[in-house]
Amino acid sequence: MRRNSAVLLVCLALLGVSANIEGGGKAMSVQVKQGQVRATPSFLGKVLATLAYGDRVETLEEKDGWIRIVPPGGKAPGWMHTSALSEKRIVLKAGAKEADVAASTGELALAGKGFNADVEAAFKSRNRDIDFTWIDRMQNMSVPPDKILSFVQEGKLIPAGGGGR
Amino acid sequence: MTRIRWTAAALLLLAILGITGCTALEQVAKVGTSVAKTTGVVTDDQAKSITKVTTAVAKSFEEITPEQEYYIGRSVGAVLVNKYMPYPNGPANDYLNVLGQTLAQASDRPETFGGYHFLVLDSPEINAFAAPGGLIFVSRGMLRCCRSEDAVAAVLAHEIAHIQLRHGLQAIDKSRVTEALTTLGAEGAKSLGGQKLADLTKVFEGSISDVTSTLVNNGYSRSFEREADAAAVKILTRVGYDPNGLVAMLTEMEKNLKPGGLDFAKTHPPPRSRIEDIERLQTGGKALTEVPARQARFRKGLGNI
Repeated sequence: MRRNSAVLLVCLALLGVSANIEGGGKAMSVQVKQGQVRATPSFLGKVLATLAYGDRVETLEEKDGWIRIVPPGGKAPGWMHTSALSEKRIVLKAGAKEADVAASTGELALAGKGFNADVEAAFKSRNRDIDFTWIDRMQNMSVPPDKILSFVQEGKLIPAGGGGR
Repeated sequence: MTRIRWTAAALLLLAILGITGCTALEQVAKVGTSVAKTTGVVTDDQAKSITKVTTAVAKSFEEITPEQEYYIGRSVGAVLVNKYMPYPNGPANDYLNVLGQTLAQASDRPETFGGYHFLVLDSPEINAFAAPGGLIFVSRGMLRCCRSEDAVAAVLAHEIAHIQLRHGLQAIDKSRVTEALTTLGAEGAKSLGGQKLADLTKVFEGSISDVTSTLVNNGYSRSFEREADAAAVKILTRVGYDPNGLVAMLTEMEKNLKPGGLDFAKTHPPPRSRIEDIERLQTGGKALTEVPARQARFRKGLGNI
């Protein structure tokens, strides 16, 4: 009897944890440089807003790798892909307390810390023969959404629902 | 009684295995382990080791934030471009970027900190590299092994898969990751001072060299390549490309690889064995279908590669 309730307890505890992970109504952080909020759960969806790295959003529901969120400042809700969001709170200007929590629990991520622009600059000055011109050029190569759409249509490809999970 | 004990243990294990993502894993392991411990399903020692193992996993490359991955990728990319030189051909690079973005959007990780970007390298060697965070490089030699858009798509999908699965970051020596995180923990509050910045830069330099030497010299493990091929097949299918494009490309590569070469001949499993693994994933070996519109733009973009 005691064993049975033990099994039940294990199940309940695990269920509780997974519900917390999968469900809506929690806060998440934008973990990419620019996070687009879309009208539909698809990369073809109209962009309603662009959020900045570290912005906190409130989740409403999840569907096929997309999460419907409320942007900060009470703007209209929209969809973001899960890969653009983190469960961790991203602290943009960390104080000593946050640094401590980040190091010991892993619940926080410190923006701009660790391998960052300063480290890259120091790396460049130690390795002057390595030229970053083409890396900067690559990062500026962008493909507008309508170009992708016509590429897909012309090639008789499948319009992306936008990623799996 | 023993049976119930086993059921509980199995449930615990299933729950741990079933939930992906290391933070989640760590949480579940902690909660699950403490419950199992109080109910006597596992001993105190076993509980400690479950928690310890999962924590160790979570504290490794998983702790590298997408932002830090982006900086690692930039420097890895810079080393690669300086070694192989860029091929500054507008139509070829444009074509690669439109095709690549289309594929990346269908991957399990469509968004990275700085996004996906593609560049042709001016090298006759058969090579393709994925720097962490989304910078992908493909040599002219590799593109010459492709006879159709579906084959180019296969090459790019395989590289996107390496980024999605964060294989590059896993090439970084674990002690370096620990060292970087320790420095970060001690200094996270203020901006890095001279000595600390110098220390962290050394760790960074070491990490860049770990990743590039894996990409250029040693290659990934057989299982990473198999995982990347499997994920590539998934991406190709989602977008509507024929996954046989990967087989067609590998068949062509097999003809062109020179034994003892310093390219894919050195860093990747032999094409034949990759083909065998891929064919196991699919329903049948039908011939590669040719779509005229794809073939026309493929020729326009890469015809003279």
